[in-house]
Amino acid sequence: MKKQTIDTRPAGPKPWYDPRVRSLFFQAIAIALVFWGGWILVDNTLSNMESRGISTGFGFLGETAGFGIIMNLVPYDATMSYGRTFWVGLTNTLLVSAMGVVAATILGFIIGVARLSSNWLVAKMALVYIEVIRNIPLLLQIFFWYFAVLSNLPSPRQSVDVGGALFLNNRGLYLPDPVTQEGFGIVWGGILLAIAAVVGIRIWAKKRQLATGQIFPTFKVGVAILVLVPIISYLVAGRPLEWDLPALRGFNFGGGITIIPELAALWIALSLYTASFIAEIVRSGILSVSKGQTEASKALGLPNGLTLRLVVIPQAMRVIIPPLTSQYLNLVKNSSLATAIGYPDLVAVFMGTTLNQTGQAVEVVAITMAVYLTISLLISLFMNIYNRAVAIKER
Amino acid sequence: MQTPPKDQPGKKPGIIRVEGMHKWYGDFHVLKDLNLTVDQGERIVICGPSGSGKSTFIRCINRLEEHQQGKIIVDGIELTDDVRHIDTVRREVGMVFQHFNLFPHLTVLENCCLSPIWVRKTPRKEAEASAMEYLERVKIPDQANKFPGQLSGGQQQRVAIARALCMKPKIMLFDEPTSALDPEMIKEVLDVMIELAGSGMTMLCVTHEMGFAKTVADRVIFMDGGEIVEQAPPHEFFTNPQEARTQKFLQQILAH
Repeated sequence: MKKQTIDTRPAGPKPWYDPRVRSLFFQAIAIALVFWGGWILVDNTLSNMESRGISTGFGFLGETAGFGIIMNLVPYDATMSYGRTFWVGLTNTLLVSAMGVVAATILGFIIGVARLSSNWLVAKMALVYIEVIRNIPLLLQIFFWYFAVLSNLPSPRQSVDVGGALFLNNRGLYLPDPVTQEGFGIVWGGILLAIAAVVGIRIWAKKRQLATGQIFPTFKVGVAILVLVPIISYLVAGRPLEWDLPALRGFNFGGGITIIPELAALWIALSLYTASFIAEIVRSGILSVSKGQTEASKALGLPNGLTLRLVVIPQAMRVIIPPLTSQYLNLVKNSSLATAIGYPDLVAVFMGTTLNQTGQAVEVVAITMAVYLTISLLISLFMNIYNRAVAIKER
Repeated sequence: MQTPPKDQPGKKPGIIRVEGMHKWYGDFHVLKDLNLTVDQGERIVICGPSGSGKSTFIRCINRLEEHQQGKIIVDGIELTDDVRHIDTVRREVGMVFQHFNLFPHLTVLENCCLSPIWVRKTPRKEAEASAMEYLERVKIPDQANKFPGQLSGGQQQRVAIARALCMKPKIMLFDEPTSALDPEMIKEVLDVMIELAGSGMTMLCVTHEMGFAKTVADRVIFMDGGEIVEQAPPHEFFTNPQEARTQKFLQQILAH
């Protein structure tokens, strides 16, 4: 016998009063509008390009570029292709961004903690730093470092000379370049050995703490191993390293490694500017941990350092990570201000010179935007993974 | 250090000694010339109107607050600016707060083990076993792997008591442990505290629970305006208060 189910629910509203029907209707309209707008844009572009006789496609990437770039991490000269200029620009952008993220994070954490110091002078200095730096436009700060500070360094002939190995002048900072000789493999071996030993000690120390409660000074011992073992292996291998020293040749220096002033100015400005925002984020993160947490930790006999490490920072991190991510994204995107002082980043090289020479605006802009989007999404992804790891599980 | 008198074997007299203690917040004189001696195993309830300085007083005993004048000696160690003395005293003095202050990023068991592992350097297994014993004593061993946010207020406060006990303290301070709880949860926390009192723990409780005071206290201290106005055994205190301020306070809280 089939059981008859009786629908006891009240009759549904008229379709135009039903929120589900309404939302479907408005979503359909929105999608139609987006597609219509997109089609107009594409159609318009294609017909305009056709009427002006501009060829589309990515074939231009294989053509010879014919212009020089003042700094390249991947091998480059003017006979190479436009595609190559893309890689030069991208690596330069990634370099200054990575350097900026590292420096801004370190500086930001230090200043953020200093801002909370009980020492009046330290706290006020951090406050002044933050308020001055974050309230001046970044472009202005880049100009300041490039034109007001680095351009006023002495000319190559009057370089600031540190021990005949390190030279600073208005063309850049010149450092000795390490050139590995035969037998350097032993040193690499020593470095790998040291890293393996430190990892091993960490695991062993954790195990021992679980078993006996003894706390091993992993950090101090680890640093000692990481410093001493490579030095010893270097000496044992008979010092297989020579330095290519920079030297004055004619009007400028040759040899060694050069940090061009454009890179230095951009890096300093980006780091200082972003650090001021990170400092405020760190401060708010630490303040978000209630005073009761610190008191409970102290009442349990945990000294200040352990209280900070085991109780305050783990809880502050969940507040710090999301806004820190957006600061990293800002830094990467702000690095495109490089154009203003001629640092050859992706925007300056690829969207600047390459675009001007080839006229392939649509393709070049699309590639460049896709690159920034990719970098930003990757940073977000990694930060989200990290955030999930430190998030507090409450329910 | 004094030797224990013969009539009380094993009971150290004066495990807490407060002598002529004053505290100011800026110009505001919060605590005025407090004198108190607590013997080992003594259970003391401190009551008084809000703003009378009773919380501030017990927070001075493990130096969550600094005093500016007079002496506080806990288990033979005087509390001064010396950080080592402060840490030593805090290891021997457990504290339970009004708002529990459990660490939300750690499980109940990790909350209990944190200090034994890092301060007492107990092996983790031992620390966990001992923590489970205390969690059983406060009747929530089954919540050990939950996070504090998943527990009710009464359960959280019992975890907080277990966490303090895991350091095997000689003295326990309670700062209004039931004030933030719903009425039906107050009893479960008080039961744990009464059980603890029966085990011979030295206890100082700031509380408004007069029933608790009558059941377990050896002495009730009444504070008002930053002074100790009156102290007496509970029976005497509730039936025959000497001071006018005490009488007025008792009338107000026992009116209903």
